[in-house]
Amino acid sequence: MGITFLCAFSILAITGYLVWELWVNSAMPRDKFGWSFLKTETWDPVAGDFGALPFIYGTLVTSVLALIIAVPLGVGSAIFLAELAPPLISDALAFMIELLAAVPSVIYGLLGIFILVPVLRVIQPYIKSVLGWTPVFSGPFYGVSLFSAGVVLSVMIVPFIISISREVIRAVPNDQREAALALGATRWETVWDAVLPFARKGIAGSVFLALARSLGETMAVTMVVGNDPKIKASLFAPGYSIAAVIANEFTEATGALYTQSLIELGLVLFGLTIVINAIARLMIAVSERGKL
Amino acid sequence: MTGTLLLWRRKTVNFIMLTVTALCTVLAAGVLVFILGYLFIHGAASLNWNFFTKLPTPVGETGGGMANAIVGSVKLLLIAACVGIPIGFLAGVYLAEFGTGTFAFIVRYVTDLLNGVPSIVMGIFAYTIIVLPQKHFSTWAGGLALGVMMIPIAVRSSEEFLRSVPIALREGAVALGASKAKSIFTVVIPAAKNGILTGVMLNIARVSGETAPLLFTSFSNRYWSEGFNQPTASLPVMIYTYAVAPYDDWHQQAWSAGFVLLTLVLGVNIIARTVLARNQHVAR
Repeated sequence: MGITFLCAFSILAITGYLVWELWVNSAMPRDKFGWSFLKTETWDPVAGDFGALPFIYGTLVTSVLALIIAVPLGVGSAIFLAELAPPLISDALAFMIELLAAVPSVIYGLLGIFILVPVLRVIQPYIKSVLGWTPVFSGPFYGVSLFSAGVVLSVMIVPFIISISREVIRAVPNDQREAALALGATRWETVWDAVLPFARKGIAGSVFLALARSLGETMAVTMVVGNDPKIKASLFAPGYSIAAVIANEFTEATGALYTQSLIELGLVLFGLTIVINAIARLMIAVSERGKL
Repeated sequence: MTGTLLLWRRKTVNFIMLTVTALCTVLAAGVLVFILGYLFIHGAASLNWNFFTKLPTPVGETGGGMANAIVGSVKLLLIAACVGIPIGFLAGVYLAEFGTGTFAFIVRYVTDLLNGVPSIVMGIFAYTIIVLPQKHFSTWAGGLALGVMMIPIAVRSSEEFLRSVPIALREGAVALGASKAKSIFTVVIPAAKNGILTGVMLNIARVSGETAPLLFTSFSNRYWSEGFNQPTASLPVMIYTYAVAPYDDWHQQAWSAGFVLLTLVLGVNIIARTVLARNQHVAR
């Protein structure tokens, strides 16, 4: 009995130790750059100048883009699976979508490099001819870009949004549906006006959870983002993300300041995902009523 | 007149929106079919026995395989399971059987947060506590990174399966004079055994595809790695390095490795999920 308590306690200890190690091993850049580390745009290992801004920018842009694509798609599918599809088909499709969530990220990266990037090269002139006048889709397109990373991430997070949202929508009491239908509402009006408001917090929780996943996602992004630490307005330009720069440069980092700057980036990423996860868990818990 | 028009409009909106949601589902499920189809056709085509039995050849020479990476992955998962499963399982027992009050609440919450820590950060953690003091990459470090990643899922899945054991079983054991600890270890846990084993399988399948935490812990190795104290190759890292390298032959091998990895991961998932009773929830 004591040993089970010890193991439960060790989870707190491990998490604390993890934060401590990240903190202690990033002391050098913190002393040298202070808060300006987060605001500086240069990343110049040769000169010993390290700023996190291009990576924070790339991480946020790719994740937000992924959400813009994945949220409508995921919530739409969840509505179909929970409200409209016959149970047998719903279960079968939900099973397939759960499997999608189990596919390792390096496999998504592999498909990203060899399928998505060539496909995007073919269709990008069409996107440009329509939206090329905006700064967001301007400039040359090499295939690897913030845009490609966003698309790969969206494919990776859709399963999370679908499977959590489907459960939350299913948990909405049937009275809601029956009342709306009895008043003469169509199926869609029932879903939109009576069911979704009930499930709103849970769906928002699933979106935050998906956001945390995409912020921390490493391999798939590293393989298609282009790995260029610059801030450009165009989504078609190559970029970089926090996780990608750690993955690429950690083993090659020469000198303690370089390595510690990368560890500080890890600390930033850790902080970002912890905050978003905390919000997501709280929202899902509230929507499931007191169950955490 | 306006009434009919309004009704017509409502019905049209209804039809369009319902169709859109169906299309969303078809698109999402279509992605899976496409991924599987492409990998199976492309990966299986270039798969042969050499892949399982030979070492990687030097750069520029075609052929060779990934035998060392397969063994490396098995070794990493062995360490990970030895670290993650006992801690996670016993903590899950605590939460299920004694888990009321603030402490248990905090442990649950922190476990969920630990589950959300990006895998690359776990790599940094293992790097700072093992690689940095030892000054070399090792299988130990990679296995530890994966092991810590296994803890949160092991906790949650064992807690849920233990909780689903009927209260009557516990009461029966206690009524026969068993102590609480005795009833847990001889009655409750055996009753939840299948569920817990399924959880363990899914957990191992999940970390077996992790690449990021291995990049600077177990690193890579083009030869056999002896014991646990040397850098070792692993399947996911090989897929990554071969995919981003500029050689066509390596790309083919990356597809083969991807095929093998995905077959294992999805195979375990399908078996585990169909064995699970329909209504039982799978921790993610």
